[in-house]
Amino acid sequence: MRLTFTVNGRQQEADDVWEGESLLYVLRERMGLPGSKNACEQGECGSCTVRLDGVPVCACLVAAGQVQDREVVTVEGLADYARQRAEGGCGTGACGTSLDDAKRWQSKPADGRTGEAGAFPQQLSAIQRAFIDAGAVQCGFCTPGLLVAADELLERNASPSDEDIREALSGNLCRCTGYEKILDAVRLAAARTEEAV
Amino acid sequence: MDFLRPASWEEALAAKAEHPTAVPIAGGTDVMVEINFDHRRPDVLLDLNRIGELQEWEVGEETVRLGASVPYTRIIERLRGELPGLALAGHTVGSPQIRNRGSVGGNLGAASPAGDSHPALLAAGAEVEAVSVRGTRMIPVEEFYTGVKRNCLEADELIRAVHIKKADGPQQFSKVGTRNAMVIAVCAFGLALHPETRTVKTGIGSAAPTPIRARAAEEFLNAALEEAGLWDNGRIIPPSVARQFAELVSGAANPIDDVRGSAAYRRHALGVMARRTLGWTWDEYRGNERSARCA
Repeated sequence: MRLTFTVNGRQQEADDVWEGESLLYVLRERMGLPGSKNACEQGECGSCTVRLDGVPVCACLVAAGQVQDREVVTVEGLADYARQRAEGGCGTGACGTSLDDAKRWQSKPADGRTGEAGAFPQQLSAIQRAFIDAGAVQCGFCTPGLLVAADELLERNASPSDEDIREALSGNLCRCTGYEKILDAVRLAAARTEEAV
Repeated sequence: MDFLRPASWEEALAAKAEHPTAVPIAGGTDVMVEINFDHRRPDVLLDLNRIGELQEWEVGEETVRLGASVPYTRIIERLRGELPGLALAGHTVGSPQIRNRGSVGGNLGAASPAGDSHPALLAAGAEVEAVSVRGTRMIPVEEFYTGVKRNCLEADELIRAVHIKKADGPQQFSKVGTRNAMVIAVCAFGLALHPETRTVKTGIGSAAPTPIRARAAEEFLNAALEEAGLWDNGRIIPPSVARQFAELVSGAANPIDDVRGSAAYRRHALGVMARRTLGWTWDEYRGNERSARCA
């Protein structure tokens, strides 16, 4: 079947999608967006967490056909998504992340250690910057799902308690068990956002 | 495989009548796992996500009519007052991501004995609204489960809603697992006090082929509370009564040994949960009675 839905603010199409396929498979194998990770395929690990119409879900448990005409945000579009949120919506009408940009997305800080400005000057959202600064990334496999989940937490709760953070991230497993630094990163992102306001 | 996307409830019923083998999918938290692991290859998937009314609920005089696809997150946020037992049970389902998609309708459709909402439904009192093009049936939840992962739905029927009795007293839910999040129950127990009828109802999960009520335990406790006038005098429940109640709950179960736990452990844990939930709810009941008297 053909599938038309919005990925990171831009309408996308996929053809010849098998009816039993998951959203995760469509994103990774058909759209070329491997940021959402494929691990347990049963909703236990949270590495494939994406936003579906704003709601954090496991992409591996959403049937492809269920996302027809709906909006998905993946980790590749998270920085743009967060920026638009901060700017109060899409003023220019040219928001979102194109598939090409999403595929080339790299987690380079804005000042780029290589000295290059890079194609995307504002590449990192607050939560992404905080993960790097707090050393919350070890092997990195769980990171995309955690970023999406943590970003959503901070969206609805700007100053979460430790319990709030643990609860919000309870669906994301880190096999490196680097949870303390991950909690640090969320606290850091929250504190920085509060300072900025 | 066919993927049907009915835009309305009527269309969904027509599609189910035309394709009786179609597997309904809402949150996908059970169905997609089976497809991902190739445990199931339905010839037709019937997507219910487009049907708005399945995501809605109505709070009536005596019951809440809970749309089959209302996600657990919504129940926890919005129906804690009316359905405290179900809200507590819902809070132990999977993780935030799962609770954002999973629903009571899905739990009933899957009819796993380990489904978290069943003990709460049994304890509160509930009826399943099963609908087909032929009409509507209201099925008491006790009669809904017919075997391991089997329910009494006909091939052309879909779950429209669950009608759950609004709480008229304290309710509790308890679940044993290896950790707090993302755990399939080793066993679970729900308990609801119904001061209006002076009865106690229970639900046992994951410790028999189907979710069940511990009826002998309920009858014993109802008689013991009545005899000692405890509903009126608000005294604590004598330890011997609580112990006997716990033993009867253990005895009502018919558990098996499996990867999550042994039958003996399940029986033991059920007794502990029965005693504890009884203590918690009774404390709450006495507290309410006291403040009511003061006022």
